[in-house]
This record gives sequence, C-alpha cells and structure tokens, in this order.
Amino acid sequence: MRAGLLKIFANLVLRDVRIAYNLGGSGGGAQGGFLLPVLFFITVSILYPFSVGPDAPLLQRTGSGIIWVAAILSAILPIDRLVAPDRNAGFYDQYAVRGIAEEWLMMAKIVAHWFASAPPLLLASFIAIAVMDIKDNEIPIILLGLLLATPGLSGLAVMIAAMIAAMRTGNALAGLLFLPLAIPMLIFGAGSIRPGGENGLLLLAAISLLLTALSPFAAGAALRAGQE
Amino acid sequence: MGKHSDNNKARADHGGTLLACHKLACQRGDRLLFRALDIELHSGELLHLTGPNGVGKSSLLRLLAGLLPVYAGEYSQNAPLALCDGQLPLDQDSVLDKALDYWQAFDGAPSMARAQVYAALGLEQLADVPVRIFSTGQRKRASLAMTALQGAKIWLLDEPSNGLDSTSQAGLASLMAQHCADGGGVIFASHQPLPQPDGAYPSDMQLSALDLQGFAA
Repeated sequence: MRAGLLKIFANLVLRDVRIAYNLGGSGGGAQGGFLLPVLFFITVSILYPFSVGPDAPLLQRTGSGIIWVAAILSAILPIDRLVAPDRNAGFYDQYAVRGIAEEWLMMAKIVAHWFASAPPLLLASFIAIAVMDIKDNEIPIILLGLLLATPGLSGLAVMIAAMIAAMRTGNALAGLLFLPLAIPMLIFGAGSIRPGGENGLLLLAAISLLLTALSPFAAGAALRAGQE
Repeated sequence: MGKHSDNNKARADHGGTLLACHKLACQRGDRLLFRALDIELHSGELLHLTGPNGVGKSSLLRLLAGLLPVYAGEYSQNAPLALCDGQLPLDQDSVLDKALDYWQAFDGAPSMARAQVYAALGLEQLADVPVRIFSTGQRKRASLAMTALQGAKIWLLDEPSNGLDSTSQAGLASLMAQHCADGGGVIFASHQPLPQPDGAYPSDMQLSALDLQGFAA
C-alpha cells in the first residue's frame, strides 16, 4: 500500500461523512441521509405530548425517558445503509485487494457515522427538550448523557450493519439485534436524570467506550465472514 | 507494507514470476469447482482463461485476488494485483474523475497517465458525468479504467470485453498490451478471443490460453 495508514483512514472517513451530508455530490444522496433519523427523533418527541395530553408535570417527569427511547430507536434507522450498499457495489473487495484491514475500515466507518449522527441528534434534542418542557437542571444531564452514548451507538450500529450486510433479509433483524445491546446505555442514560443518579453517566461512559472499542473488531470479523 | 510491495515490484521488473499456483483446488459451498490447477504468470504475459459457464472462471479470479480461500494446493502472489469484476465500486453521485480520485488517494500515482487510459477506453467525454447515469458499456469501461489506474502489476479481468463496442475492445487490447510491455501480467476470463489491433501487440508479448474445463472436478 502506497498511501500511509492515516491518509487511508482520513480518506475513508471523509468519503462517508461527505456522502452522509450529501456534500460535493451532484444531488441524489441515495446512501446518505443524516436527516432521516433526526426527523424520526423529533417526530417521536412531538408525538408523545399529543398522546398523553397537555399535562405539564407528567411531561416533565417522563419526557427525558422518552427522549432517550427516541434517540435509541432513531439510531436503528440508518443501519441497513451503513455497510450493505458499499459491500454490494464491490468496495470491500477492492479494499481487500489493496490489503486494507477490515478492522481499519470499520473503525473509519464508526468515526464517520458518529460525525454524521451525533451532532444532528444533539441539536435536535434541544427541540425535544423544549417540547417536553424539561426542567432546567436536567437539561445538561440529558445532553451530556446523549453525547456520551453516541459513540457507543455508532459502534453498535456499524457492528450490526456489518453482521447483516451479507444476509438477504438482514434489515428486519437490525432492530432486534440492536435494541438488547443498547439497553445498558438506555438504563444508565435515562437513570442518570433522576435526582442523585448522576453517577449513571460514568457507567454510561464506560459502556459506550467498551462498545466503541470492541465494535471495529466484531464488525471487521463479520465483514470477513460474509465475504464470498 | 510499503517496503514489502517495493521488493515485489523490483522482482517483477526483472521478468520474474508474478503469481504461481500449484495443484490448486477451489470449493464453493459443498461443490468442488476445479482441482490440480497449475498456473504461472510471468511479467509480460497475457493469459486467456476460457471454459463454459459455471466452470469456475470468476471463482478462480476471486481466489487469486485473495477473496476466496484456497481449498487445496499452493498459491503465491509476488506483486500487487488489481481485480476488475462485474461490479463498479465508484460513488454513483460523483462524476467519473472525482470517483477515480477516491481510489487514487489509496493507490498513489498511477504508472499509466489518466489521459492515456481515458483515450484508450474513450472516456474523455465522460470525465465530468455522474457515474449513476452511465450505460452498461460505459460502466464496464469505467471499471477497466479504475483497474488500469491502480498501478498494480497483475491485472485480473473478469469478462473485460462484455458490453464493449469494437472501438473500446481494441482500446482495451492496446491497454493490456501496454501493461504487458511495462512488465505487468494479465489474466482475463472471456468467452471471446481478444481483438488484435494491428501492431498493438509487441512481438515479445506471450499470449497463452487455458481452458478451465480440463480441470473441472
């Protein structure tokens, strides 16, 4: 390989981020779409007050939990487009021929997915916070919790995307595989908002870090196993 | 990694063996496709792979590219290789030039100038056209350009002339001849013989053929 590893990594990340935000392309954005998960997140947050009625204390008490559920559900949406389109177009064959390790590819994929998903989600959570009329002292904890969880969610999403990429009916499985593994982050993330629950953020950070560190290897192995 | 391939390149420049396999067998699923296959590809050599559908031509190319496991036998690859199969791994929404730039960033400067490759394959007019609106033949030409620009010593081409008009076929033949003259080697699987443009092949180029049917299990 003539290009250095860091250059390869930057090249991989830049391509994915560019596609996700549809930059420099000539429209289309068939693979990209950072917008869809965010719109889903906002929609769920807005639907909730409609379904429980204009009960401000109830919204304040339960709203933060709904924000967390919406954030985790919205992370499922892009999974089927993270790895499968590139795999079907032959990109991974060409990376393999050039001797680029699958773990490296998946690590770049995770970093790129984080850049394409975390900033929009954090911005959108301001809307959700406003809709639920969340108490002022809880706002920083929700934002910090989401920020800490997003690397783990990105790692998880890419890992499952790599696992289902070789399956013909994998898309239906994405949610079923994703949600159980995301539960610990939900528990500590949503739990940290309760009074005296701030230590949950530390556990959340630990789980998120673990998932982020392990997922490139799991995803790389899954990608290799699906090679045919 | 870089040092390793430089060594290989030096060896190949001295007319060495680019790849060699001995008693190779390939299995897909629980079906043995071929066995006891011996191939040696030297620099400057063009190997034409033939055989009926399903005999394992594409599988052999994928195996040589390292994308399928070796079921039995030995295989050694002494130089970087490029694989051109039926897929087009270029960003659909990018124009051809930009889409090729993406791979260029991995491969470094190509041994063949892009203008030369474009001219041979008739791609000059398509350089600023988005890849997604290419026709079948144009997609094939784009994938061949990608292979030629990778700068690898070994080209593995799967049905390279499928969907190409006669002008592009002649252009492809001249690219392959140029590559062999530069010390590279080509293995291509095809049902048609390669068109031979007048004077495009240097006289010292070795053209050999291999019928995979003879090795079917």
